[in-house]
Amino acid sequence: MKRLILWAPLGLFVLFVAVFASGLIAPASRDIPSRMIGRPLPVFDLPPGAPGHPPLASSAFATGRPRLLNVFASWCVPCAAEAQQLGQLAAAGVEIDAIAIRDRPEDVATFLRRWGDPYRAIGSDVDSRVQIAMGSAGVPETFVIDGHGIIRHQHIGQIQPEDVPAILAAVKAAQ
Amino acid sequence: MKRVRALLASALLALSPVPLATPAHADSLMPAARLADTQLPDPKQEAEAKALMETLRCLVCQGQSIADSNAEMAGDMRALVRRRIAAGEKPADIRAWLVQRYGSWVSYDPPLDRVTWPLWGMPILLLGAGLWLARGRFRKRTGPGPGKGI
Repeated sequence: MKRLILWAPLGLFVLFVAVFASGLIAPASRDIPSRMIGRPLPVFDLPPGAPGHPPLASSAFATGRPRLLNVFASWCVPCAAEAQQLGQLAAAGVEIDAIAIRDRPEDVATFLRRWGDPYRAIGSDVDSRVQIAMGSAGVPETFVIDGHGIIRHQHIGQIQPEDVPAILAAVKAAQ
Repeated sequence: MKRVRALLASALLALSPVPLATPAHADSLMPAARLADTQLPDPKQEAEAKALMETLRCLVCQGQSIADSNAEMAGDMRALVRRRIAAGEKPADIRAWLVQRYGSWVSYDPPLDRVTWPLWGMPILLLGAGLWLARGRFRKRTGPGPGKGI
């Protein structure tokens, strides 16, 4: 018994090293997933987010067909980086609506000219009200909304080229 | 000597993280939301809002409450809290509304449930273990046999 207790501090030390090493090697995800998946989109009616695009209201989602809702901003660097992937999704026939967070229509227009414009409608959410109501914790985030206006899938962060098939599959699953 | 100093300086420069870091969270050009940094006219309501803000976690900075954070989203959440308090909503309902969206994660006042019970259980458990260990110590001292000098 006494022998065993002598080894206990070393055992504890090894345990601590293991805990800290695992945190360093594989840090826990810092993503905050929305709890609104499986629930209807919150009701909103946003003003237009960019010239030449219709404004966005939650009623636009009950069309019977799934669509993407991209939460983005012209001041967000990863949003520019995912523009190409959104273009691919649009080219594959997915309709994409967007909410521009804390943005000005003229800045959004410049952003779209520069990085490409895959969007149908764009709503302007100047004080993140709709973003918070959706449980979205940052930009960019992309939601799959089914034909009844139910949130089916959330992609947190920039859409990488390798994420495109998974998002297409989620859109298909929402049909 | 001069050369050594120059070498040291360049080594320090190479180690400095500043030029490598690109901002992941840029800031928008928009001003803060209307009630983000403005107190409510009613001091009682403002006190309620402040107390709630101190126990809500910032989603962007993740280690601060929205009362402490400079992040724009924290400002938008403060505005949301003040707006709802001003409209007569109860702080508990506002917290529940946010928890429904982000999970208990967003609250610094976690509920006691299957996942969080160690938060309450561990102190009791550790205190128990400590008492048990201490008891062994005291018993040895008062036990029979020749006393040991310190």
